[in-house]
Amino acid sequence: MEWGAVWLTIRLATVVTTILFFVGLPLAYWLAMTRWRGRFLVEAVVALPLVLPPTVLGFYLLLAMGPHGPLGLMASRLFGMRLPFTFTGILIGALLFNLPFAVRPFTAAFAGLDRTLIEASWCLGVPPFETFRRVTVPLCWPGILTGLILTFAHTVGEFGVVLMVGGNIPGVTRTLSISIYDSVQGLDYPSARQTATALLVFSFIVLCVTQWLGQRGETR
Amino acid sequence: MTTDLVARFEKRFVRGPTIDVDFVQSTTGFSVTALIGPSGCGKTTMLRCIAGLTKPDQGTIQFCDRTWFSSKIKTDLSPQQRDIGFLFQGYALFPHLTVEDNIGFGLRHLTEAGRRSRVTEIIKQFDLKGLEQRLPRQISGGQQQRVALGRVLARKPKLLLLDEPLSALDSMLREQLRVELRQMLGEFQTPVILVTHDRVEAISLADRVAVMEAGKIEQIGSIQDVFSRPKNANLARLVGVETVLPGEIVETHEGLATVRVGSASLLAVAPSPPTHLVHVCIKGEDVSLSRESNDTTSVRNQLPAIIKLLMPEGPLIRVVLDCGFELTALITRPASEDLQLQVGLSVTAMIKAPAIHLIPRMA
Repeated sequence: MEWGAVWLTIRLATVVTTILFFVGLPLAYWLAMTRWRGRFLVEAVVALPLVLPPTVLGFYLLLAMGPHGPLGLMASRLFGMRLPFTFTGILIGALLFNLPFAVRPFTAAFAGLDRTLIEASWCLGVPPFETFRRVTVPLCWPGILTGLILTFAHTVGEFGVVLMVGGNIPGVTRTLSISIYDSVQGLDYPSARQTATALLVFSFIVLCVTQWLGQRGETR
Repeated sequence: MTTDLVARFEKRFVRGPTIDVDFVQSTTGFSVTALIGPSGCGKTTMLRCIAGLTKPDQGTIQFCDRTWFSSKIKTDLSPQQRDIGFLFQGYALFPHLTVEDNIGFGLRHLTEAGRRSRVTEIIKQFDLKGLEQRLPRQISGGQQQRVALGRVLARKPKLLLLDEPLSALDSMLREQLRVELRQMLGEFQTPVILVTHDRVEAISLADRVAVMEAGKIEQIGSIQDVFSRPKNANLARLVGVETVLPGEIVETHEGLATVRVGSASLLAVAPSPPTHLVHVCIKGEDVSLSRESNDTTSVRNQLPAIIKLLMPEGPLIRVVLDCGFELTALITRPASEDLQLQVGLSVTAMIKAPAIHLIPRMA
């Protein structure tokens, strides 16, 4: 196994999961609570990566990150950096592509919460954010954790977007799934088999954990 | 300087009636006002607007000298700022917190020690000793109600709002807790507004009743006023008067009116101002029955009647009679057994004149 790729993959998945925790929770909470009629538009945008081929998203991202694209221009003007074929580039791709895996379980958990509990907390003089921390999160944590685990696992297995935006640069953009592709291209089957087995076992364990959490959530 | 809660507001819904409230309640000392009415009439919406959980479309809500809501000066205090206690229909106890933590939940302004002593006080007052570490699902319905009430009153709110406080309980427990609830509320000297669709609940818990129908408060007054002297025939039916029938006053003499109802005539206290067409309201418990006519009583109305239907209703029996019009009597089970009542039997129905309430009616 290529340890550089393992380390890079874990780093990418951790950063993506952390950012989506902070961005996804408020977005999901808003989606679950709002009565705005245009909500479906936001929901559709969030869910888009579920149906879109990764190459399509990757293609558009590559254009946007190019020297004349909006993202590329912004990055070079503000930070003097370029995005394609860098870690930041694949991070942006992975963030967008994993949005539904975080936001949808979060939203489902919030939507399943009895709203009168939140109102009861407000009527007891507890402000909204403290209510969120003391009532909403403790009661929704199985759903929140499921979202985080799915996001982490899905980022570990991410292939298409990373390949389109990041290419295959060892130590920079070469994640585990890309290293498998690379090994097969070079007819190095034993190495591909080893990595594939590791990913298979990892994914299975992750799914077992999320299913178990789901069951716990139901019996509460 | 006012010491009243004054709520005058309107809340429109796309489907369903517009809620149009004009309500005043004194906030000094202890008083319980019951909002009653059929489901969907807007009583819970009114309560939620007062609590700040639902925003009215226009109007004002004033509590003493503070404006809670005003569409004119664009003020809308949050529930947190209103210093109220709200008891939800299903109690809304936090399922992940123990009894103790539920009660202490809103005491964030106190120090750790202050909080603990207040929680201990409430636990004692609401008879919850030994249950401190239980979760809400591990205690009975009656205990849940006490925890919810304790949690709300621990903060010493200036106004207490109860939404169907007993409806989550089974009927046996409900009767027992009605008395208990009134006592518990009395200990706190907080004005209470309570929503219920149950007349018995309103009678046993409240001093004052407001009857709501289709989004409007149709009548407000003491229990005695509202239940014995409903303003119109519809309200009479709403507050549970068993017999409400159209009648016609044929003669008035020395304050007593002779009223024609169906093929019978009744003597009743004449309404003022005098009218001709009326609704005749007779409560079931004001009708008594006997096997033969009785010359020695002072009861003015003695009507020969035939029993059409007998229906047990808890401790009472509902007797539907034909005495020229359809009259319903509510009598106790022992009385019914004494009289050996059965369908088809001829009896005499007796109603005192002051027990018949006449409401003027349009032609």
